[in-house]
Amino acid sequence: MQLHARTRGRVLAAASAVCALTITLAGCSGTTKDSAKSDTKSKGSNAKANPDAELKKDLKLAFLPKQINNPYEKIVDDAGIAATKEFGGTGKEVGPSDSSASSQVSYINTLIQQRQDAILIAANDPNAVCTPLKNAMKQNIKVVAYDSDTAKDCRQLFINQASSEEIGRSQVQHIAKQLGNKGEIAILSATQNATNQNTWIDFMKDELKKPAYKNMKLVKVAYGDDDDQKSFQETQGLLKAYPKLKGIISPTTVGIAAAARYISSSSYKGKVVVNGLGTPNQMKKYVKDGTVEQFSLWDPKKLGYLGAYAAAALASGQITGAEGEKFKAGELGDYTVGKDGEVILGPPTVFNKDNVDDFDF
Amino acid sequence: MTALTKFLRWDSVVGILLISVFLVGTGSTEGFAETANLSAALNDIAEVALIALPMTLLVVAGQVDLSVASMLGLSSALAGSLWDAGYAFEMVVPICLLVGALGGLLNGWLVTRVGLPSLAVTIGTLALFRGLASVVLGTKAVADFPETYAQWATYTETVPGTFIPYPVALFIVLAVITAVVLHCTGFGRSLFAIGAQEDAAYFAGIRVKRIKLALFVVSGVVASFAGIVYTLRYGSARADNGLGLELVVIASVLLGGIDFDGGKGTLGGAVAGVLLIGLLRNLLTLNDISSEIQVVVTGLLLIASVLTPRIVSVVSERRHRRAATTPGPKASQPVS
Repeated sequence: MQLHARTRGRVLAAASAVCALTITLAGCSGTTKDSAKSDTKSKGSNAKANPDAELKKDLKLAFLPKQINNPYEKIVDDAGIAATKEFGGTGKEVGPSDSSASSQVSYINTLIQQRQDAILIAANDPNAVCTPLKNAMKQNIKVVAYDSDTAKDCRQLFINQASSEEIGRSQVQHIAKQLGNKGEIAILSATQNATNQNTWIDFMKDELKKPAYKNMKLVKVAYGDDDDQKSFQETQGLLKAYPKLKGIISPTTVGIAAAARYISSSSYKGKVVVNGLGTPNQMKKYVKDGTVEQFSLWDPKKLGYLGAYAAAALASGQITGAEGEKFKAGELGDYTVGKDGEVILGPPTVFNKDNVDDFDF
Repeated sequence: MTALTKFLRWDSVVGILLISVFLVGTGSTEGFAETANLSAALNDIAEVALIALPMTLLVVAGQVDLSVASMLGLSSALAGSLWDAGYAFEMVVPICLLVGALGGLLNGWLVTRVGLPSLAVTIGTLALFRGLASVVLGTKAVADFPETYAQWATYTETVPGTFIPYPVALFIVLAVITAVVLHCTGFGRSLFAIGAQEDAAYFAGIRVKRIKLALFVVSGVVASFAGIVYTLRYGSARADNGLGLELVVIASVLLGGIDFDGGKGTLGGAVAGVLLIGLLRNLLTLNDISSEIQVVVTGLLLIASVLTPRIVSVVSERRHRRAATTPGPKASQPVS
């Protein structure tokens, strides 16, 4: 036993000496973040766009969602696949059963092998999918990101569901119309440091500065942390603290559902307006019982539809993904490629009692 | 009789399955046998294959290390945060390997000195290492690793003249070394002895505890190295990298006919198991078979791998017994 201890000690000492040596040696010179930064990023778009090119027939488009069976992305992809049929192509959805950062990579490799004309991807991780996507683009397979973007040089287009500005401003415009441009309002957000929420809220505040809204006052931004219970309690708190409150904007699907649930079973029902971003399936019953008159969200079907047409336009050579290029997206009309290859779907869709039953997501 | 049992040894069956998958794939699926596809498919299992080597040794010795994927994640997170902090990549790697060794040492110490079962210990460190990974890097992701190293890990660059990506080439070298160690050295034989009967091995003079400790350390180091490969290959360091990968590793090893009770198996079988799962998944994906079905297929294969040898042994035992009841000279019964 003692012998063991001695040899073990020696082995440990040797091991730590080796480690120390390697670390010092390595410390002297090496590849660091700063030295690697000089690697230039190339954007290979030597092809020229031909805006008059016709959409090719028999295009093969593949949709690669974050995770297969994600109900939201299933709607996007199904709509995209249906759109592909409109221009004589074939679409399919493939994807991993888990949404980890790396699980999409092997799918991209097989899609390259299958020689698809375009890959549409909702990236789980903006960088993990980069190498295979660049490989795809090298082999003339077009890459369109939707819903969740990849790093900018790893795709040709990103279909953005809505611009932050449009979402933010439209929230105020919608509730102002419901309130006749007057009264106190509050915002029920998700977490205090959610980037998208804060961007939207900044645009809401900016919109409220316009003279048209001079009789409206934002009294409080509350945070429900995208937790149903917390959002429910925050709603309760807001209504207690601000008895003159006329409306709540909740730009998060968890928040708006919780706020509507609280108000639907309280005396504020019909007196306090709830608006914001929600999904039809969550909000249906509150629209029908009169708690909520309307809410909005981008239409995932249109997102998939636009994605399919954008991919087809790329694959047919109508566009290359450069800023300012125009293409026609079937019944949605004309779109222009914006900065960094972004295409914006358009203003959010408004859901109310007339159309809420037409959607299932 | 011996020829038949040898033929029915599960690792040969897996080898035959592997060859059939390859042949069927080549014949039926366009693009499968192309070098670009094989490079990608092989590289996709690089980390699993690397970790499977020490895992085979552990399982042969009757142990298991469930913390490997978490160690991979910890190594990845650590590499990311150090790289982000401006450390040279050449320095990041040894630090990560050192952490891997320490993690393995912790596993080995708890198993050999405290005397806890490896299953329980490594379930604990599975949570511990993954937790530490989140502490180190949080929910953020670090990207922009040096291009030269990233290209080494992705299949964009392969060993000149072949379609074999570098991580896979490294795996092949390590696999040969591991095979020699396991099957041609006294150390390897002692692993089988420990796995078959630990007490007997101890009384036969095998330093059971020290060997087990060493195996866990090697497992930790290889897992942390796999974390570096993973990070470079995907170009993204995250705390949740490789989540659940330990099950793929263990499934591959078991599929390769390594007996979970220890004491039995060949490294060739384990390697065939890893390749079979990798190639099969690639073939199914190329044929647009959904990932759910793929999981089902893998599960069925795994059950078959555990069940078939049992059935074979029960059948042959019965046959032996029948042979024993009939008069005649009794042959000595092989116990395997």
